[in-house]
Amino acid sequence: MANMKDMIPAFDLVQPTTVEDAVDLMKDAGDEGWVLAGGLDTMDWFKDRIKRPRVVIDVGGIEEMRGIRDEAGGVEIGALTSLTQVATHQRVRSEFGLLSTAAENVATPQIRNQGTLGGNVSQDTRCWYYRSGWPCYRAGGNVCYASAPLAMNREHCIMGRSRCVAVNPSDTAPALIALDAKMVVQSPRRRLYDAEDFFIGPSVDITRMTVMEPGDLLTQVFVPAFWANSNFYFEKVRDRGSWDFSLVSVAAAFRMSGNTIEDARIAVNGVAPYPVRLDAVERLVQGETASETIQNAAGELAIQGTRALRHNDYKIVMMRNLVRRAVRSVAA
Amino acid sequence: MIELFRRDQDPWGQDILIGVSWDLMWAAVVLAAVFLVAHALWYRSRGFAAHATTPAPAPAGVPERVQRHSLAARIFHWSMSACMLTLLVTAFVPVMGLEIPAWVTIHWIAGVALIASVIYHIIHSIGWQDFWSMMSFGPSFFRDGAAQMKHIASSGAPEPKAGKYPFDHRMYHHAVIVASLAAIATGVVMMMRIDTPFFERNPYLVTDSTAGIIFAIHGIAGVGFILLIASHIYFALRPDKRWLLWSMVRGWIPRDVYAEHFDPSRWNVTGDSARSGKAGSGALADASVSAPAEDA
Repeated sequence: MANMKDMIPAFDLVQPTTVEDAVDLMKDAGDEGWVLAGGLDTMDWFKDRIKRPRVVIDVGGIEEMRGIRDEAGGVEIGALTSLTQVATHQRVRSEFGLLSTAAENVATPQIRNQGTLGGNVSQDTRCWYYRSGWPCYRAGGNVCYASAPLAMNREHCIMGRSRCVAVNPSDTAPALIALDAKMVVQSPRRRLYDAEDFFIGPSVDITRMTVMEPGDLLTQVFVPAFWANSNFYFEKVRDRGSWDFSLVSVAAAFRMSGNTIEDARIAVNGVAPYPVRLDAVERLVQGETASETIQNAAGELAIQGTRALRHNDYKIVMMRNLVRRAVRSVAA
Repeated sequence: MIELFRRDQDPWGQDILIGVSWDLMWAAVVLAAVFLVAHALWYRSRGFAAHATTPAPAPAGVPERVQRHSLAARIFHWSMSACMLTLLVTAFVPVMGLEIPAWVTIHWIAGVALIASVIYHIIHSIGWQDFWSMMSFGPSFFRDGAAQMKHIASSGAPEPKAGKYPFDHRMYHHAVIVASLAAIATGVVMMMRIDTPFFERNPYLVTDSTAGIIFAIHGIAGVGFILLIASHIYFALRPDKRWLLWSMVRGWIPRDVYAEHFDPSRWNVTGDSARSGKAGSGALADASVSAPAEDA
């Protein structure tokens, strides 16, 4: 375990004010750089002496990465926009209530004031074996301590595992997938990712949760208008209602034609190392009314392929029920 | 200064081995490239091509096409090649920074296919191929080695004529045996730590420090294969060695190539094996076919 008697290791702090400067500084720092925004994920790592970057690039002063802007085709949200702002912004609340609800469910008011949307989607996993600095696969080692026969893995994944069984902890991530949001990533070149493709699993790269590599900076999140004013459903199950990461969460958007589901996007989180879009369930419910039969079928289909660890089989039932309830939300 | 191994602290604060350093992978890539360029330059400077001797006439009875590799042997070779390349790509390309989705799954499936092909090869080579021609370490092996070294060191020394398997081929084969068996033995233990249909996943089957040693051996074998496969492909594509590549494709070599590179007294192809198209004479094969007379 980390020795807590010493000081946080020293680092060089740089505070760029433009995206271009930040990208240049990140490029210079390479693997030894660390991007600091709200600092809520960062400070845990630093205080535990597990991450010891040589250079910390504080992007908090980059104004162009802040705020919510109305665009013709949707809204553009700066990655530095606080979760409180996302949760309370008038247009986001009225047209994209799914995202504002998800942001509202993150942690506590204090954390939402400090935490950013960009940080919430790009934060690292909360697996305590990994966060304790043990040399697991995700940390570059040879073992997953969380999947050992006697491991404490109540909060770990039930699908999508590949050596690592950690889960993605973000609340806004499934909402952004359900809204078909686009993530703008800046390195020397600008790239646009569908939110669904922004998150990666350990089978792709076990040391990362997203497509972003050292030198990449998430600058904006664009939420297209296509799903605006749809029927939304968000539910997060956690151990403590006041403040906790989700055990399982579901975010769903439905476009209705009368009582019929015309189109749907459904994503869950807390069940895999990445937020999972349930496209099979979406295809199942399209063109159907949300009858009890369809609700049950959606729940059962959602959990196809899940496999519990020693202590988390409850998540399978929870995921099935949350998906069922999401579909039930648009029942006549 | 490159690092040889990756180390870390286990949960009890003990310093343990994690595996080979990825510096070694890059070192192997660079070393392979340097070797290939150096060999090409050395070969040109020696003027082998210019001094190619007129091949001796083939003994009477040597067929136009001398059967060298049976269809079964060729199927094994190309299956193993596909497995090896898949294993190398899935092992090292992600480390180099290019994403291969589900590379672990592809890697272990290729590993299982490799194990199956190696088991097949062992049975086939013992029963139906010239097993001792490849695997014997008798006096002729060392004589061939000395002659080969002399040929490499001295431009005046002629290329020694070999039995069915020349000295350098046998050495390469032995290196592949060592690397393959090391990779397979350690790979099977590593498979027990991931999700496969074969084992109940158990990350604690061996201790962290033992796992580190297993990963390190697996990594060393993998890095060794970068060198082995790079040199193998290089020699297979060289104009002067391309007959070897074609023999592995078609199964036979032309009579003049046989006369140029092989000693008829050690690889007799005038008997039934040539006529019947059989490529070997293992312990279970028909005793009447021509057996190589290596150390008999």
